[in-house]
Amino acid sequence: MSVLYLVVPLAMLMVAVAVAAYVWATRSGQLDDLDTPPLRMLHDDEPRPPARR
Amino acid sequence: MSRADVMLPAAPRATVAAPAGLGLRPPGGDGVAPVSLPGAAAGAAGVDCTHCGSPVPAGYVEPAAEVQFCCEGCHTAFDILHDGGLEGYYSLSDRRDSPVRSSGRSYEELDHPAFHELYVRRGEDGLSRVELYLEGVHCASCVWLVERVPFVVPGVVRVELDVRRSLARVEWDAALVPLSRLARSLDGLGYPPHPFRGVRAEEVRRREDRAMLVRIGVAGAIAMNVMLAALALYSGWLGGMEPGYERLFRWVSLVLTTISLAWPGRVFMTGALAALRMRTLHMDVPIALALVVGLARGAANTIADSGPIYFDGLAMLTFALLAGRYLQQRGQRAAADSAELLHSLAPSSARVVEGEGEGEGEGGKERVRELPAAALLPGMLLDVRAGDTLAADGVVESGSSTMDLALLTGESRPEEVEVGAEVFAGTVNLAAPLRVRVSRAGETSRLATLLRQVEEGGLRRAKVVQMADRLAGRFVATVLVLAAITVAIWWQADPAAAVDHAIALLIVTCPCALALATPLAVSVAVGRAASTGILVKGGDALEQLSRPSTIFLDKTGTVTEGRSALEWWRGPDWVRPLVLALESGSLHPLADGFRRAWPGVEPASASGTAHVMGGGIEGIVDGRRVRVGSPRFVREAARGGAELAAIPDVSLTPVLVAVDGEVVAAAGFGDPLRADAARSVARLRSDGWRVRLLSGDSPAVVTAAGRRLGLPREDCLGGALPEDKLHVVRTAARNGTVVMVGDGVNDAAAIAAASVGIGVHGGAEASMATADVYLATPGLDALVRLVEGARRTMRVIRRNIIFSLTYNLVAAALAMAGLLHPLWAAILMPASSLTVVIASWRGTTFLPGTTTEEAGR
Repeated sequence: MSVLYLVVPLAMLMVAVAVAAYVWATRSGQLDDLDTPPLRMLHDDEPRPPARR
Repeated sequence: MSRADVMLPAAPRATVAAPAGLGLRPPGGDGVAPVSLPGAAAGAAGVDCTHCGSPVPAGYVEPAAEVQFCCEGCHTAFDILHDGGLEGYYSLSDRRDSPVRSSGRSYEELDHPAFHELYVRRGEDGLSRVELYLEGVHCASCVWLVERVPFVVPGVVRVELDVRRSLARVEWDAALVPLSRLARSLDGLGYPPHPFRGVRAEEVRRREDRAMLVRIGVAGAIAMNVMLAALALYSGWLGGMEPGYERLFRWVSLVLTTISLAWPGRVFMTGALAALRMRTLHMDVPIALALVVGLARGAANTIADSGPIYFDGLAMLTFALLAGRYLQQRGQRAAADSAELLHSLAPSSARVVEGEGEGEGEGGKERVRELPAAALLPGMLLDVRAGDTLAADGVVESGSSTMDLALLTGESRPEEVEVGAEVFAGTVNLAAPLRVRVSRAGETSRLATLLRQVEEGGLRRAKVVQMADRLAGRFVATVLVLAAITVAIWWQADPAAAVDHAIALLIVTCPCALALATPLAVSVAVGRAASTGILVKGGDALEQLSRPSTIFLDKTGTVTEGRSALEWWRGPDWVRPLVLALESGSLHPLADGFRRAWPGVEPASASGTAHVMGGGIEGIVDGRRVRVGSPRFVREAARGGAELAAIPDVSLTPVLVAVDGEVVAAAGFGDPLRADAARSVARLRSDGWRVRLLSGDSPAVVTAAGRRLGLPREDCLGGALPEDKLHVVRTAARNGTVVMVGDGVNDAAAIAAASVGIGVHGGAEASMATADVYLATPGLDALVRLVEGARRTMRVIRRNIIFSLTYNLVAAALAMAGLLHPLWAAILMPASSLTVVIASWRGTTFLPGTTTEEAGR
């Protein structure tokens, strides 16, 4: 059971990584609009016509 | 995008092969031209529009073509889609199926430097960014279509649509393509863009939202992990645990909780400090106290390696309170959002005369340009066509016309304006072109000032919430006294236990559920009300509306429809086409009344029609001279018809008709009751309300309307000037709650003086600004729903408060008796909050009304 001394801090580290990812996602605006993306993912991706830009 | 831009130069439309699945809604037609498909029964020749699926009018069917269109807008949209290789749109099941109407505007004003100065931000990468409010956005295919604009307009890098708020974020290269071209594309697809005016507020709000979400997320992650550690500790407490592991979990909990309180939980500390500095007891004070004391005692016990720790409860508390606060904030924004929307729909551009005084017409240098409304400056000269909405306040420089001031004053009767008259933004020019010299524009206009007041009203904090805060103040004082008593009682027996019990009391009675009970129920109710077209600006209004009292209704526009309708007619039938012939081209409300009254009558053709201001209208119809207008005007050039002069009801406006100098018909115009008025009034009365009419109209008219609503004579107060209305409402307010419902400026003072002021649909902005509630759907049905919804909301709130107080009472008693183990505290606390949340969420408050479906579907 002494593995706990290693595993618990490791778990905390993973939580820290997840929290950091969440904070980054929020600050970069990924949670600003929760209504449109679920609609957007329904559309198939299509190759962008070349030389259109 | 103009038609010329999108037509395929080398391939005529008729030879464009229709892609599979294109066109008719029962999908099919593998390579078969849609026109020849069986089952296409609608339309003149059984042809449906390739783009929208509506029947194609006979004159628009092109027999040789494989694709058919019901209108130019659809044709343009199809060309844009086809040109961009976007036929995939037609295979989307959820696509819009209403006809696309392109407004055909040039959107020239979007390229003006003044517009860019105000709305456009330039990034360091050389791209420009702007936010546009799009009309007509409602479903998944809108997202698809709008976000593919970069495919068809070169130079546009990205378009992102927020479908809930109909906001499109656009990134484009200003050097390659003007914004107006992009705007024309969106317009051609059926989404007329408007510049979004709340950009700055939006930035602030987005920043706040993100900070709040970060806090909630961090607090939540920590709370869950502390809970895991607590689970290990509690199972150890039941089944035995090695002291080393126990120490490990206690230290882990300590570290995590410290982070939680120092980062997301800091808002409570700063809030409590601010409250203490103001010498008040705010809800944040007991929360901060519990958090700090609990953390300190828990840390001491962790270091001492004995005694209870409270970390699981503290971490959970932080998370639950932050989440509750977030919900409350979102609810309070509903009213502000609607004001923002109004802002975006007010006229966005105006026609400005440049080079004035240098000769008009072809040869002169004078020309008219469209400028964004925000770029207007005092001193500019505006060209206002008949039917245009004014974009700024100003003074009439030349021309005379009638203006519809309904938006500002709620007055349905149009007002005549002449040179020198003051006119206001938001009013509509009805009759003839005007030249207006701008006096106040943009944020200083009367309309903008009123809208700002509406927004501020929307952000005003609900008094019920404040009341909950005051309650919390008393509550925290009680808790502190109880804690002191606990310490005093236990001190003799065991000083350490005394401190522990007091802390357990502080934590377990932390008014988490109480703090959530009212704001959550109010914000859920306000949100639901907003979605049914009732905008509530403060929770206190809901509280006062929950108990029946006296309700004053303004007559014009509130109980009645607020427009002229033909209520009485005497004259031969052959006169009707002649009258309609004259009135068909007129914007006058009486003309509208004639048209509504006789929808089936085909108007004859008129010539030489002339309006006479304040009199009526005259013209030649079928070779006969016809005059329609006020009795004075008609009798100037006609005689006879004495038997027609007596209109039975004094409340009706008389109109005479003369043909070839002979009075042949008479009409009476009145303001009809709303269809649901009688039913709604009866419902309110059966709910226990005393309903009274309060109107500026003559007492006879008001009594007549009251009789039809089933009201006793003494409850119909007529002939009331605005000052009288104010006086009546003030007097009544002394004896209890008074609700005033009205729509005009003449009601604004009374609305503000009433306990609860309610503005109704189509009313003046002034009444909206002073009202506590705004009913965005026509009719009194919304009023009934508001009153009954308020009653149900208060029931939910009372239930919440009773529950949380009971919980606190029980928990406090247990803690004082020393019977409360931290485990029970940890279970009870989140459980009580959760119960309140669920009760608020599930509680029935506002029921959806019979509002019409979204336009465009």
